[in-house]
Amino acid sequence: MPNTATRIQDASEIVVSNVFKSYGAGPFAKEVVKDCSFTIESNKLTVMIGPSGCGKSTLIQLIAGFETPDSGNITMNGEPITGPGKDRLVLFQESALFPWMTTYDNIMYGPRARGEDTKESADLAEFLLSKVGLEAFRDKYPPQLSGGMQRRAELARAMINKPEVMILDEPFRGLDNMSKELMWEYYAGLYEEDRNTNFFVTTDIDEAIFLADRLLIMTNLPTSTREVIEIDIPRPRKIDDIVNNAHANEIKKEVMTLLHEEAMKSFSGGSKAAADFLDAYSKRAG
Amino acid sequence: MTMTKLKEKLFSRAALRGIIAIFIFIALWETGARSEQWFGYRFPFLGLVPPPSDVAASWGGLIGDPSYWQSWYMSFLRVFGGFMAAVVIGIPLGLFMAVNKTFYGMAFPSFEVLRPIPPLAWVPASIIFWPTQELSIAFVTFLGAFYTIVINVLGGARSINKQFLQAAQSMGASQWDIFRRIVLPATLPSIVVGSAVGMGITWEVVVAAEMISGGGSSGGGAGGGLGFFIWSSYVGGSYEQIIVGMISIGIAGYMSSELLRQLGGFLTPWLKTR
Repeated sequence: MPNTATRIQDASEIVVSNVFKSYGAGPFAKEVVKDCSFTIESNKLTVMIGPSGCGKSTLIQLIAGFETPDSGNITMNGEPITGPGKDRLVLFQESALFPWMTTYDNIMYGPRARGEDTKESADLAEFLLSKVGLEAFRDKYPPQLSGGMQRRAELARAMINKPEVMILDEPFRGLDNMSKELMWEYYAGLYEEDRNTNFFVTTDIDEAIFLADRLLIMTNLPTSTREVIEIDIPRPRKIDDIVNNAHANEIKKEVMTLLHEEAMKSFSGGSKAAADFLDAYSKRAG
Repeated sequence: MTMTKLKEKLFSRAALRGIIAIFIFIALWETGARSEQWFGYRFPFLGLVPPPSDVAASWGGLIGDPSYWQSWYMSFLRVFGGFMAAVVIGIPLGLFMAVNKTFYGMAFPSFEVLRPIPPLAWVPASIIFWPTQELSIAFVTFLGAFYTIVINVLGGARSINKQFLQAAQSMGASQWDIFRRIVLPATLPSIVVGSAVGMGITWEVVVAAEMISGGGSSGGGAGGGLGFFIWSSYVGGSYEQIIVGMISIGIAGYMSSELLRQLGGFLTPWLKTR
């Protein structure tokens, strides 16, 4: 295992147990999360995959502390989560870079917001800028960056806060395939360096298998954990290894079968999202 | 702007088209206005309007007249005063309504009842309520920009991308920091738009208010602003001066809007990069 020296040993584990969450009231109530339990293990990259619109983003809102469960518990290192905090940092689906700030100011947002506008923070910001390869775009505004650059800037903006757990909600959605695969390798590399606890949500099977130490497969709405698969493909991983790896392909088949079953359920329920997923699935399988 | 750039802008096709169009317009106007004298037949409408050459001559006479410039000064003062008051009161009010639900619930209904009342409908009431005529004009001018600014700021601040707020929260930002560095800059484009629209309304209102109220406390004559300048020209039968007053207001309004656009661009540099 490379970089063992920099590996952060602090345990930071999130446990979700028997969580229920619904929106609306009375006859219009919609149950989104139902008796859901899983663990985001310390110093591992846990990937959550499930049919789109299955309530994954709701789980992120709950774990991040933006919303509270109707019942059940979510704890971090044994302590119940009561609100948002910088120990659990969220990277959102669409770019949430502040358009009125340059790349550098975006990265420095967290430290400045906490009154830590110090030389140390500034040095770290410069270091992260070069680490994500955006030194030349230091003083550019987000719309001047490409999609991949925006995602890298956002990674840097998150990393400067040294979160115990990084939560990523489909962060590479909307990127073209080429930049997406580059971002996978790039992000996996960052993770392999320090092995902090990461929680990554996606609908993309290849992405999930390439990145995950542990893979949580979620059921259709209302969501709960369907299956947990340990992905024991050695790191560091390269895209080619995964494509030509028989073991990886076996896992992929297994995941696809499970997701297909879940998608079929919502398809029979008339969900447009599920229909789209099935369509994509049949293309990939064929 | 460099000289070459300025040259390019001045002699571009678009600028040339604009200049030609203005010349054609003036030529048609001159022809129409002099139709009776030249063709013995008076064109409808245009035949009654003073010709541009007479307007220009009249304007030339006014350039050296301090009372004409006093009209400019008075109107600008009122527009500036009313507009600044609207900005100073309207922006915080809009922001506070956006961030505080209780206050929004209390203030918004009354605001929405008052908003459809045209500022000019306030003229008689404000003449009664305010001690000086000058203050009543300024108040009516203020109303013109006030509602537009509040409604724009409120709308802008309420439509902030929720992810910006959540991202800031999850990085440990305080409520104050979120307001100062997220809500405020995110609302800035709406503030700029609201102010620009409000500025336009301010000019409409000030001119009408000056006409109605008779020029303000500074007495009659040309001291009463451009609106009163037009009105007294009408009463005095100097039709060329009416046109001079109208064009003056056009120029004054354009200058104010351009100033605001420049300021807005300076305040929101990130919008230029889109």
